[in-house]
Amino acid sequence: MIPAAFDYKVAESVEHAISLLTEHGDEAKLLAGGHSLIPMMRFRLATPGVLVDVGRLDDLRYIRRSNGTVAIGALTRHSELEHSAELAQACPMLSSVAALVGDPAVRHRGTLGGTIAHADPASDLPAAVLALGATIVAQGPSGRREIAATDFFTGYFESVLADDEMITEVRVPATGGGWNYQKFNRRAQDWAIVGVAVADGGAGVSLVNMGSTPLRASGVEAALASGASAADAAAVAAEGLEPPTDLNADSDYRSHLAQVLTQRALNAAGVA
Amino acid sequence: MTITESAPAAHVGSRRLRKEDPALLTGEAKFIDDLDLPGAVWVGVVRSTEAHAKIVGIDGSAALAIDGVTEVLSGDDLAPLWGEGALPCAWPVTPDMKNPPHLPVARGTAKYVGDAVAVVLADSRYAAADGAAAVVVDYEPLDAVVEIEDAVADGAALVHPDLESNECYTWGLWGDNAAAVDAAFAEATHVVTERYVQQRLIPAPMEPRGCAAVPSPAGGELTLYSATQIPHILKVMTSVVLGIGENKLRVVAPSVGGGFGCKLNVYAEEILCCALAQQRGAPVRWTESRAEAAVSTIQGRGQVQHIELAADSEGRLQAVRVKLLADMGAYLQLVTPGVPLLGGFLYHGCYHIPNYIFECKAVFTNRVPTDAYRGAGRPEATYAIERAMDSLAVAVGVAPEEIRSRNFIKAEDFPYESPPGLVFDSGDYHAVLDKAVSLANVAGRRAQAAQRRAAGSSKRIGVGFSSYVEMCGLAPSRVLASLAYGAGGWEAATVRISPTCKVQVVTGSTPHGQGHETCWSMIVADKLGIDPDDVEVLHSDTAISPTGLDTYGSRSLSVGGTAVFMATDKVIDKARSIAAHQLEANEDDLEFSGGVFRVRGTPEAEVPLAGVAFAAFTAHDLPDGMEPNLEAHVTYDPPNFTFPNGTHIAVVEVDTDTGNVDLIDYVAVDDCGVQINPLIVEGQVHGGILQGAAQALYEDAVYNSDGQLVTANLADYLVPSAVEAPRYRLENHVSPSPTNPMGVKGVGEAGTIASAPAVMNAVVDALRDLGVSNLEMPASPQTVWKAISQAQGGAS
Amino acid sequence: MTSVTLTVNGTERSFEVEPRTLLVHALRDDLGLTGTNVGCDSSSCGACTVLVDGESAKACTMFTVQADGAEITTIEGIANADGTLHPMQQAFHEKHALQCGYCTPGMVMAAISLVEEYPGLDEDGVRHGLEGNLCRCTGYQNIVDAVLQAAGTGGD
Repeated sequence: MIPAAFDYKVAESVEHAISLLTEHGDEAKLLAGGHSLIPMMRFRLATPGVLVDVGRLDDLRYIRRSNGTVAIGALTRHSELEHSAELAQACPMLSSVAALVGDPAVRHRGTLGGTIAHADPASDLPAAVLALGATIVAQGPSGRREIAATDFFTGYFESVLADDEMITEVRVPATGGGWNYQKFNRRAQDWAIVGVAVADGGAGVSLVNMGSTPLRASGVEAALASGASAADAAAVAAEGLEPPTDLNADSDYRSHLAQVLTQRALNAAGVA
Repeated sequence: MTITESAPAAHVGSRRLRKEDPALLTGEAKFIDDLDLPGAVWVGVVRSTEAHAKIVGIDGSAALAIDGVTEVLSGDDLAPLWGEGALPCAWPVTPDMKNPPHLPVARGTAKYVGDAVAVVLADSRYAAADGAAAVVVDYEPLDAVVEIEDAVADGAALVHPDLESNECYTWGLWGDNAAAVDAAFAEATHVVTERYVQQRLIPAPMEPRGCAAVPSPAGGELTLYSATQIPHILKVMTSVVLGIGENKLRVVAPSVGGGFGCKLNVYAEEILCCALAQQRGAPVRWTESRAEAAVSTIQGRGQVQHIELAADSEGRLQAVRVKLLADMGAYLQLVTPGVPLLGGFLYHGCYHIPNYIFECKAVFTNRVPTDAYRGAGRPEATYAIERAMDSLAVAVGVAPEEIRSRNFIKAEDFPYESPPGLVFDSGDYHAVLDKAVSLANVAGRRAQAAQRRAAGSSKRIGVGFSSYVEMCGLAPSRVLASLAYGAGGWEAATVRISPTCKVQVVTGSTPHGQGHETCWSMIVADKLGIDPDDVEVLHSDTAISPTGLDTYGSRSLSVGGTAVFMATDKVIDKARSIAAHQLEANEDDLEFSGGVFRVRGTPEAEVPLAGVAFAAFTAHDLPDGMEPNLEAHVTYDPPNFTFPNGTHIAVVEVDTDTGNVDLIDYVAVDDCGVQINPLIVEGQVHGGILQGAAQALYEDAVYNSDGQLVTANLADYLVPSAVEAPRYRLENHVSPSPTNPMGVKGVGEAGTIASAPAVMNAVVDALRDLGVSNLEMPASPQTVWKAISQAQGGAS
Repeated sequence: MTSVTLTVNGTERSFEVEPRTLLVHALRDDLGLTGTNVGCDSSSCGACTVLVDGESAKACTMFTVQADGAEITTIEGIANADGTLHPMQQAFHEKHALQCGYCTPGMVMAAISLVEEYPGLDEDGVRHGLEGNLCRCTGYQNIVDAVLQAAGTGGD
């Protein structure tokens, strides 16, 4: 299928991208790797009038460690996260999760900023940065702001990002604690039916595809903090949630999977 | 048949690499969408978004405003192009079968999501897509019937109200045997009654369909290029539908990217492009998108099966009774109604059963038509009997291999007349089963499974069997006549030897991945004592290969290959006459081996085939009355079907916590008769197994209650990848078929026929002690987990 | 229309495209390189896989304008100058890793990129590395074996 026609603008800088977004308003969409947007455009589920291509902003492709934080440029590709020795050392969960996104061809093009901005509750990396307690740096006409990942996702494919803002950087803490990511799907290339990310020995636990956004499993975190076992903590993984029903899983089955996978992730992260 | 003393096989039986590969590996091969057709009109098809609706209005104004869109045509606008002509169904299985007129573009009412309701003509691929998206169709929704059993329920909505029912036909086999069957059931110790659902499947060859019709500037000829398995049949049918003289029509199948039965058809777009090209005097082309393919190309399976087995106290089968409800979809395509019949002959499986009765009721639903998909009727039959045999084994209290072994047709009983009257050619089902049991280490696997159970492990092991026999080599023309099929089952071949002793083989089979060029070359090379690389195989173009019945039903080798074999013999006969003339010897005194004719007992008196070929070409000194050149044509009508058989064993690991099923081992022992090229045989078996396993675990064309297909792309319709595929371990057993001179049977569908029940039986085996006795396909994690939860009393 | 310049199989090609033109259609329709195939709409099948700056990419999930200035390698560009096959093509031939051949160009390009990116691949790594390339004919076993063979001989 063929996307609908659009105007194409190449952003020369972040500022240029923002001014193009400001100029074209909600007609415009940012194009980074395009691996979320282009399939939607091919099915004409998205028909933006203007695409602002930020894919050439190579100064936003970096992984830098300073003190206890790793700063990652928004245009850094999944394969770069996957293969970064520095990231593997400082925040191994993020590089491991990146290696599970899509397939190699997708990872060569998809970007960290792009996948977070897309805010798909079924995506791997948004949940990972959520569990890690990342900070998302966004830039708009009035400058930069830092947004806690826990505040970022607001709804199905929705975030606090304004129409004229773009993500420039993602900061994750270098974490020493146990971690794990469980991705459950029927075919390896597919989105997770349910996923569970455990960071920092259980201090951060998040869920994939269990609601309209990537979710922090706050009940699990609280239980662990009050000394519960992994099994007992996992038992509350789906409490209070309204997981979606789709072709692969109904709400009940998702809730069950969340519990099973949470326990597996906690155990693999060294939480007994 | 001519007997020749050919050389010992040098190539047949070897793992010769394919001559088809280089063009495909370098991008040189031309598929339908690769054709460069300057000035072509691109067709975009507007498809119904409703399962059943009155077409109230079609507004093309927005489409026509798009740059590059030239016309928007409704079904009414196009009707004069085909007049009364409708898409053909070649298999009126009963005299009273209902076959509603099936126009290439609907008029008045759309009958399924995907039904063509209008057409956009444009000057580019992109403009055609834009135009089709911009046409606004005003629908007045009508009640739709979506599921098979709903179609026969009281008060069901009617797909075709003028037919006053959704029933297409009822067809039975051995109906006069009903009393004997009833008596056998009355006396049986064990009765198994099962209901299985064959979900609809999307064939999904990696290449979607496409076609292009190109008129000649002056002579009124038309060439149809199509991604089809059946250029010959398509030519005849197009000629009939559109009234184009066959002498004015040429059909070419370029490289075709897989078919699996779904390109064995005559589709609306083929007729449409031909009609428009003829009318406009310009090339007209269409390429299917994947999303379109899901709703406009036929789907496979779509049956509800009721099977009952009656057995004595030791589990020996006394009778099998089958009642089938088969989903035709909204219309009948080329062989839609015949697919369940092909299975009807085989629901008794590999077993000797005194009493058998089969009845199929076919129904219309508001869904895209069904038709042949890899195995066509036979996978469904094998699934039902093989699942039910496992239930019988449980009832009798014996292992699945034992219940099979007790009931198998015995090796000494071949040729064996089956309950419905087919004559099974050859086989040793017991030997095949034993080989498979040993290769799969069934005892070791069962011990492992028991250990896991005893340890309370959530990773359960299951071992599943499937023994199958299928009918290939479609088909003796007289048998087809008795089944009311609208064509014969022969195949044609021509073999020509050039002046420099290169060989041209023209085959009526139409390969699309099977490796005909390689295999036909091997057969001919061995007979002629030449190198297979000196053989050229021509096919898939009615101008080059005018006579043929194409490729489907695992028929190519046993029918088309046999025609090639026999045509080669015929050429050798002629060459022998010339050689005898050259050597001044008696024909009967000549032996032909290694490409040389020799006079027996006089080794120095010899002439190579090349010498004969040149003499035949110059024609300077041929026997009196002999025509120049070495060429022979054979049309071979097989005297019987062939009956490949085998036993497959699947081993699964089921995660009872998540319901996930992993296929951890897969063993297949097949008897496809003599193998021409084991490398190619293995490839066919591998791919076939995965297609059947995919039905068991992954694939499902899911419709919602409104008749919308909700798995219309390859993200939602789960064609498995390399990760999901098991490693296959194969062995074979060769019992040559006495039906044809090479002893071959066919292997294109065997894997698919065998694997779905093997996998499902394995999953059920893994879970039986948890109380799970049946599962519907696909055994998705959710389905499996829910079955376990339910069996355990609703606890999750 | 926007003008783009791509280096395709070592040759610089400049032409005009609509911004929405998918890279695969530019390669096929504008440059006549029809070896790269289209198999789906959803980035699922990988039939369209090419190398963009040396790494596998799905050419149906890229606008041509995004590739402006990039080096593109297609199936037509990998055989050796003397016409002999690339080791990956040769391995596919020797292992009977193709039947209808439609997925093959994408599969071969994905495999070339894979063995380059992940040295020392085992069977599981090959299977996962090709999870985005669907084949309907082979059941994958011979493809996996071909890639392992090519990887063992150094890939390229």
